[in-house]
Amino acid sequence: MDLAQARKIVEEALSGIEARVEEGRGFIEFIVSKENLVEAASRLKKAGFDHVKSLTVVDYKAEGKFKIVYYVSSYLNEDLAGVIVGIGTEVPRDNPKMPTLVYVWRSAEFQEREVFEFFGIDFEDHPDLRLLLLTPQVAEKRPLRKDFIVKEEPIIRTTPPTG
Amino acid sequence: MEGNGGNGGRVYVGNLDKSAKKAKQLVMGKLRIGKAVDWATAFSLWPVHLTTSCCGCEFAATWSPRFDAEQHGALPWVGARQTNMILIEGTVTKKMACAVRVTWEQMPSPKFAIAMGACAIDGGIFYNSYNIVRPWEIIPVDVYIPGCPPRPEAVARAIIELQRKIRKQRVVSKWIEEGWRPDKEYVKPKEDPCSWWRG
Amino acid sequence: MSVWVYGEQKSELGLEGTITRKIEEDLYEVFIGPQHPGSGHMRIIIRIDGDIIVEADPDMGYVHRTMEKLAEGREWIKNVPLFERMAIQDACNVTVSYIIALERILDIEPPPRAKYLRTLLCEINRIAAHLYGFGIFGVFIGHSTMYMWSFADREVMVELAERLTGARLTHSYPIPGGARKDIPQDFPQAARKAVRYFRRRLEEYRKIFLDNPVTRKRLEGVGIIPKKIAAELGVVGPVARASGIKYDARLAEPYDAYDEVEFEVPVFEEGDALARAWVKFEEIKQSLRIIEQAVDWLERHPREAPIHDRFWAKSPPLWKKVFEAEGRVKLLPLMANMKLPPGRAMARSETARGEIIYYVESDGKSTPYRVRIVSPSARNAIVFKYIAPGYKVMDLPTIYGSIDYFPPEADR
Repeated sequence: MDLAQARKIVEEALSGIEARVEEGRGFIEFIVSKENLVEAASRLKKAGFDHVKSLTVVDYKAEGKFKIVYYVSSYLNEDLAGVIVGIGTEVPRDNPKMPTLVYVWRSAEFQEREVFEFFGIDFEDHPDLRLLLLTPQVAEKRPLRKDFIVKEEPIIRTTPPTG
Repeated sequence: MEGNGGNGGRVYVGNLDKSAKKAKQLVMGKLRIGKAVDWATAFSLWPVHLTTSCCGCEFAATWSPRFDAEQHGALPWVGARQTNMILIEGTVTKKMACAVRVTWEQMPSPKFAIAMGACAIDGGIFYNSYNIVRPWEIIPVDVYIPGCPPRPEAVARAIIELQRKIRKQRVVSKWIEEGWRPDKEYVKPKEDPCSWWRG
Repeated sequence: MSVWVYGEQKSELGLEGTITRKIEEDLYEVFIGPQHPGSGHMRIIIRIDGDIIVEADPDMGYVHRTMEKLAEGREWIKNVPLFERMAIQDACNVTVSYIIALERILDIEPPPRAKYLRTLLCEINRIAAHLYGFGIFGVFIGHSTMYMWSFADREVMVELAERLTGARLTHSYPIPGGARKDIPQDFPQAARKAVRYFRRRLEEYRKIFLDNPVTRKRLEGVGIIPKKIAAELGVVGPVARASGIKYDARLAEPYDAYDEVEFEVPVFEEGDALARAWVKFEEIKQSLRIIEQAVDWLERHPREAPIHDRFWAKSPPLWKKVFEAEGRVKLLPLMANMKLPPGRAMARSETARGEIIYYVESDGKSTPYRVRIVSPSARNAIVFKYIAPGYKVMDLPTIYGSIDYFPPEADR
């Protein structure tokens, strides 16, 4: 199965829910509003997408938003296993909150905890929203946000070495 | 002074610290036990099973049949309280620093540390990471092994180097005589590495 | 509408009951790790009722070295050695999908020779990593012969990889558009000899470990993950395949030369620790088959630079001379500050422990805008929480060893 066929299946499943479709190389993603996310996700699950492969958050600082996408695929349906479909939403950067999808896909549990500590996104109703990888002191800095800057030595020397 | 037992038993009273020191000097110096202690410790190094990072792959291979570091007189052991050497494998993260320090404090002295890999020297490939510490800030390190990761031969070499250091510089016997390590300040971390845990 | 509506599906699978048995009295909390007698730099906080685990909470992050953040500051090519440190005994497998993602953004396809070279190293790495897993598994359950044997035999594969790339573990072998080095002249003979040796050796492994009555007593029926729950928890790799899920990234989305070589994907239905060990054992056999085919193919076809023409055509004559003399592709200077066109790509590859996924986003600069890595161990960590409760404390090392959890990979 290729992405065009997968698109048809997902569009059928999401009929009635407004979704913006974005295509990347090797995946396809559907961006819905925050209110519709749980409904859309559970319809995808019924369509056969049974586990979350990756919960990816990208910080678009210039636009003032986080894009949160659950990339899902299927284990039990071997046809769907070849495609990766994303279902996601966008939340504003200040005071980000969104519903949890743990009750739809249990496999998202640890990844939601990870997103919580790295970006500070609050998943409402998450059963166990604690820090996973970081210490509290480091997690306070929200390290994966774009305003946390890690300095890097340049690869090419711009000034000639002295002496 | 006559004891009060009445059976002729005697209790000698004196400066206990002074006599203990004298006895120690006699045993360690004149009787040359110190040399034996150094020799014996050099060939019974027990690295503790504390794998801090990915250099652990080569750490495991060092004691595998091909490289067989056991022939040099060192074998990884499980419990911190029965070991006298800590082999830091690569990066130490802020969360791990607590475990390293706690394990180090559990070990009986005299104890030694080998830092393995570029990360343990100055961060290596993760030099600018926000979540790592330099292991020499946490515990006193005796021998560094460069490499990312170092080959198992290099680890075996570091063990031999440490043995040479113990025997030539008489590290252990001096440690016992002085009660502390003369050539290395007992490193105390500036910040409490376990602050995240104790809250 | 409440989210709890969807919780019904969860209870139907019976996950609810496995989390905890509510017994307030006589519960002990035991902290296992991060210093414990096996490999592993993680802590598992368990609560036990007598000898039975009622709750397990994996406390990860002891090796979190912030790779995702560091990658945002580093040039595309410099990220290859960085990501390699996730699982250095499996270096080619974990970086090849990052390279494939870059190739998807660049819109190039490596030449067939490079594809076969990558496949060859991936399979050598897979065997080495499985043997590493077996060795650590042996340490966990007190079977030190397995540690000694598998670490000794692993050196055969490490030696092969060293001949091919020049490094024992950290090869940094795949680069965008190709691979770093062609095989040396005497490599095919050495590889075939290693394959012959392993075929003989695996039989002995079966006798001493998998069919050993003592081992079977400890592994059989421990850590059972039924198929439906395995899909719900999203476990990957040998853990999923031992539970009857026929999923392998090499089949689902063939990369490199995997659509041309012949191999099978072993699937077991039992879902217990023994089945997971068997999956790994059978996978080694399949990897040997792939190594043979790859070596045959490489021998049959003429030597040429295993790198895409886009990079190779522009390279100075010195680079070509070095390749002719040493069979080595000198890293091209234009790769150091290569700029990728804006775009987003995702790629997956099957490492020894399961599928690894890279999400790469470029905004046209010489560094990534975002790289998201989901490693197999990170996805398998959930097994501790949902599968360990109900088993004895003694079974925890068995479960840990059988899912082959590797903390640096999980914590990234």
